Amino acid sequence: MTDATQTAFPAQTPRAEAARDAQGRRDRMLLLIVALLALAAPILLNPFPTASALAQFNAGYPDLMQRFAIYGILAIGFNILFGLTGYLSFGHAAFLGVGSYSAVWMFKLLSMNVIPAILLATVIGGLFALVIGFVSLRRSGIYFSILTLAFAQMCYNLAYSVLTPISNGETGLQLSLSDPRVLDGPSSGSLPVTSLFGAEMREAATITLGGWSWTFSVGYYVCAALLLLAFWLSIRIFRSPFGLMLRAVKSNQNRMAYTGLSARPYTLAAFVISGMYAGLAGGLLASMDPLAGADRMQWTASGEVVLMTILGGAGTLLGPVLGAGVIKYFENIFSKINDAILHQWVAVLPDGLEDAVVAVIHPFVGKGWHLTLGLIFMAVVIFLPGGLVEGARRAGAVVRRRDRNAPSVESDAAARRAAAE
Amino acid sequence: MSILEVRDISKRFGGLQALSDVNISVAENTVHAIIGPNGAGKSTLLNCFVGKLIPDTGSVSFDGQSVLGRKPHQINQMGISRVFQTPEIFADLTVIENMMVPCFAHRDGPFRLHAFESVPKERHITEMAEAMLDDVSMLEKRDLHAGSLSRGDKRRLEMAMCLVQEPRLLLLDEPTAGMARADTNNTIQLLKDIRRTRNLTMVIIEHDMHVVFSLADRITVLAQGTPLVEDVPENIKGHPKVREAYLGEAQV
Repeated sequence: MTDATQTAFPAQTPRAEAARDAQGRRDRMLLLIVALLALAAPILLNPFPTASALAQFNAGYPDLMQRFAIYGILAIGFNILFGLTGYLSFGHAAFLGVGSYSAVWMFKLLSMNVIPAILLATVIGGLFALVIGFVSLRRSGIYFSILTLAFAQMCYNLAYSVLTPISNGETGLQLSLSDPRVLDGPSSGSLPVTSLFGAEMREAATITLGGWSWTFSVGYYVCAALLLLAFWLSIRIFRSPFGLMLRAVKSNQNRMAYTGLSARPYTLAAFVISGMYAGLAGGLLASMDPLAGADRMQWTASGEVVLMTILGGAGTLLGPVLGAGVIKYFENIFSKINDAILHQWVAVLPDGLEDAVVAVIHPFVGKGWHLTLGLIFMAVVIFLPGGLVEGARRAGAVVRRRDRNAPSVESDAAARRAAAE
Repeated sequence: MSILEVRDISKRFGGLQALSDVNISVAENTVHAIIGPNGAGKSTLLNCFVGKLIPDTGSVSFDGQSVLGRKPHQINQMGISRVFQTPEIFADLTVIENMMVPCFAHRDGPFRLHAFESVPKERHITEMAEAMLDDVSMLEKRDLHAGSLSRGDKRRLEMAMCLVQEPRLLLLDEPTAGMARADTNNTIQLLKDIRRTRNLTMVIIEHDMHVVFSLADRITVLAQGTPLVEDVPENIKGHPKVREAYLGEAQV
């Protein structure tokens, strides 16, 4: 059959090749853009001079940027499961949590170097996913979601109660001076800090230029590098035969079975990969701030990653990262706008009106940031079911259509002019 | 030589005896039709071949090996493909992707973690999928979403997906159900072409006598879960028992 096809279809191959090249180019462009954005994030996220009133909206400080990258990794991993196979896990926070615990244990027992911590966190995340996935994937749809939720809550409650020797219960797992740290030797004086071969995670250089000030921290760039790695891997998976099979699982499991494919190992593999991403994210959280608490495994944390993925665009490459960024931005920036700041903004208005305006805006900012986020989420789900990425695509299509129409108008005019002459 | 041997299978659903003591032997490289009125047990019988149902008693063997107790994907890997009454395709994928899934399944088996290869670089798979699409004259639709195809095209695509795996036995469950006469004739033509060009046995369940008599080499008439007659089409046409079961009292 092979020989026949090769002689009979010489025409198709160039076409397929062109399509392949175009897609490969687009993917490389996307990776490059994300790399540049990640590299320049400390500058891009600080668009307002430090002294200006709008400095409130600057997000370019290390702590928040690290969160963008870490939750980006979590959402990318979640998207490999949910976006491709359609299995909605409601227990991903469990993997995040065990990742954090494993990383802190690594810091306590082995070394303050982040590499072993991150590796162990990823592996443990994967192992937990293997066990939880093996049981949960016996069911699909809502039952699968409930099973994963049950497992995550189980982990959360165990960490609070029975497993206190490992998790240190309510206090959370922390470093202490008496930890062995086999490779580093005993520490004296103050608690040691996490590092990458001597470069401390909290180390940062601040550059001040004009009114702007930018902070470049080691911790952020470690997170950004891993985000890029995670993103590249996800592109590879999306374009691989394995990715195609995962989309086939989502589309029609019946046809899948009658095509000689076993859906279970495919979904389990996706679940484990996704759990490893979550473990990595948890390990990174602990690497940036070496403590781990059970709160990280609560169901609200599992729900958050679902929101991120859907808000950005489930099943798209860039969507989850975008969604994670938007949600973390709201959580950290919008929540800091209090009434005093609002009064400052609308100070130009007459007193009575000023109070009224502040009263209207008040529920949406500060502690009410969830409300704004909820409204945005609803708007996106209703009007842009494909998430923010679909919004960008639609906007892009409108712009392109305008571009295409423009030259034709010109050529029409030229033709008319020529006719008139 | 018979490729599919069905021995004494019975299946009961609660109070309903869906199949009782069915014996069928399908010879290799023939088209065997199973006909019968609604509720005769045709689909139940087919489901017993593919691992969807397990009969209460009896045996089903394909090429000398029992299929009972195997999962649908294992049975498919043995060389049995199935076309459904309503086309079962991957509606969210493009036509070419639909074709590639069975190509990968045929090459790599039920599971392989090929997460680091790239689909477009699988040149051999692409060529195989495109050649098959061309065989059913759907190559120009390669990049369309399968969900947006017409019903006739979905049926063609599903058949192409089954054939690209080079099955030894193709099961067709009412392949022309709900089709217009022209589409039905196209499907008959397609099946005849498949028949002519490939080494393949077909078991076909069908209501439309026109289809059955234009394709089948042998016909089994099923009524109330029991085979009534099994014979060549010429003898089935005028068989009094068949008329009685199939057409009831009405004489044509």
